[in-house]
Amino acid sequence: MIYFDKVSKVYSPTSVALEDIDFEIKPKEFISIVGQSGAGKSTLLRLLMAEEKPSEGKVYFDSQDIHLISKNDLYKMRRRVGTVFQDFRLLPNKTAYENIAFAMEAAGKTEEEIAYDVPQVLDLVNLSDKQWHFPNELSGGEIQRIGIARAIVNKPDIVIADEPTGNLDPLNTWEIIQILKKINELGTTVILTTHNKGVIDSLGKRVITLEKGRIVRDDRHGRYII
Amino acid sequence: MILTKIKRVTKSGLLNFWRDRWISLATILIVIITLFSIGGLIFARAILISTLDEIQDKVDISVYFKMDAGEEDILALKDYVNTLNEVKNVEYITRDKALEMFEDRHQNNDLIVQSLEEIGENPLGAILNVKAKETSQYEGIAKFLDDGVESGKFADIIDKINYHQNKLVIDRLSKILDSARKIGFGISIILVIVSIIITFNTIRMAIYTNKEEIGVMRLVGASNRFISGPFVIEGVACGLLSSLITMGILYPLTNWLGPLTQGFFGSVNISDYYSANFLQIFLILSVSGIILGSFSSLIAVRRYLKV
Repeated sequence: MIYFDKVSKVYSPTSVALEDIDFEIKPKEFISIVGQSGAGKSTLLRLLMAEEKPSEGKVYFDSQDIHLISKNDLYKMRRRVGTVFQDFRLLPNKTAYENIAFAMEAAGKTEEEIAYDVPQVLDLVNLSDKQWHFPNELSGGEIQRIGIARAIVNKPDIVIADEPTGNLDPLNTWEIIQILKKINELGTTVILTTHNKGVIDSLGKRVITLEKGRIVRDDRHGRYII
Repeated sequence: MILTKIKRVTKSGLLNFWRDRWISLATILIVIITLFSIGGLIFARAILISTLDEIQDKVDISVYFKMDAGEEDILALKDYVNTLNEVKNVEYITRDKALEMFEDRHQNNDLIVQSLEEIGENPLGAILNVKAKETSQYEGIAKFLDDGVESGKFADIIDKINYHQNKLVIDRLSKILDSARKIGFGISIILVIVSIIITFNTIRMAIYTNKEEIGVMRLVGASNRFISGPFVIEGVACGLLSSLITMGILYPLTNWLGPLTQGFFGSVNISDYYSANFLQIFLILSVSGIILGSFSSLIAVRRYLKV
């Protein structure tokens, strides 16, 4: 489904973010990418979202080289990917409901679909009672759950969660991971990056470990070992 | 589908306009200043043009005829002068009419009235008042008449042509009018350009605060048009509202300034001008406001659509 073909990202000769990255992600997989700060996790995700171009190598999404897609057509690819950010990135002047609806409107869904789907995902992340609240009226955990709801509402093929629990306490972290597991069980590929050893160990899924921009370990049922 | 998109973009734009109302208000204030300078330009132009027209109307060439000049000769000359392209009109004042006007003008001056009575006959010759289409054309008309006198063609009927006495004044007036027109136009254009740049920058700053959000919209799969649409609608709303407010402020302002400007320039009353050209002024201001708001938004948003 996704294939990194000998990808390198070099910002300057002294700053090599990724080197010779080569791996494949299969449909319906739950894959965690771990590594210390600066190991290249975020760069890897930015390459996958086509926010940046690789210095060498190619990134394929269903046999399409995503860096050959024109800027004006990128949104079509991005609609197939739901993204959850560490810093949430909700639209501050839209309510929880509107933030989720925005992703559907952007994807050209009808009013009926929006009216039907948004309450469902709000229910899934257990926030039906806060749908008319603005982000600044919600807690960190609640905001992140809205972020997840927004990421999955268009039924994407892949959900990318970039350190989604980085700013959350253990209880909220556990809730977020349960939601991600549920999404994966429903058939969506999930790519998770995290620092959290407890999360990785409890998942028992595939783990790719990055160190200084290189893949040093790729375990089927991995644990957090650095 | 397109209708749904237009509806969503419009709704979202108006909602953002209301939710970011402080930023909208700041933008509206700046756009009002721009529209004021455009409105000022319109009124200044109206005042200048009518003042110029009035001054120009006062300039003419008077041809004084000898007392014994025959009316037929005078009328022939009048018709002839009328055929010149530069001439707007020629007014013929008969000897009797000239005397009447003279008496009218000096009716309170006993000495002159008495003198006239003593002479017993009309001491004044007939007059032709020639008006040109442009002040710069008087020179040519005067030359034409001079040539006629010199060649002896009209020498026996024309007493004097007053252009040469007025020449200096007319020349100077032409120059002043011409410079006033150019300087006024230049200053107004600079003023309008400066205001447009300020407005553009204000809107850019307003959109800069949304820079992060534009990036997020891109990442959740919104197309460029879907992202920029609401900003353009916000710009249109700002422009439209600003023009309405400007029109509202102009009404009492012109009412107050109308008599003052009329007294000072002795020409058009800008309050009357405002009422008479209300629709036209409103159209110019609202179209300017809308174009300014929407284009500034569009250009500003495009900078942040690169993610």
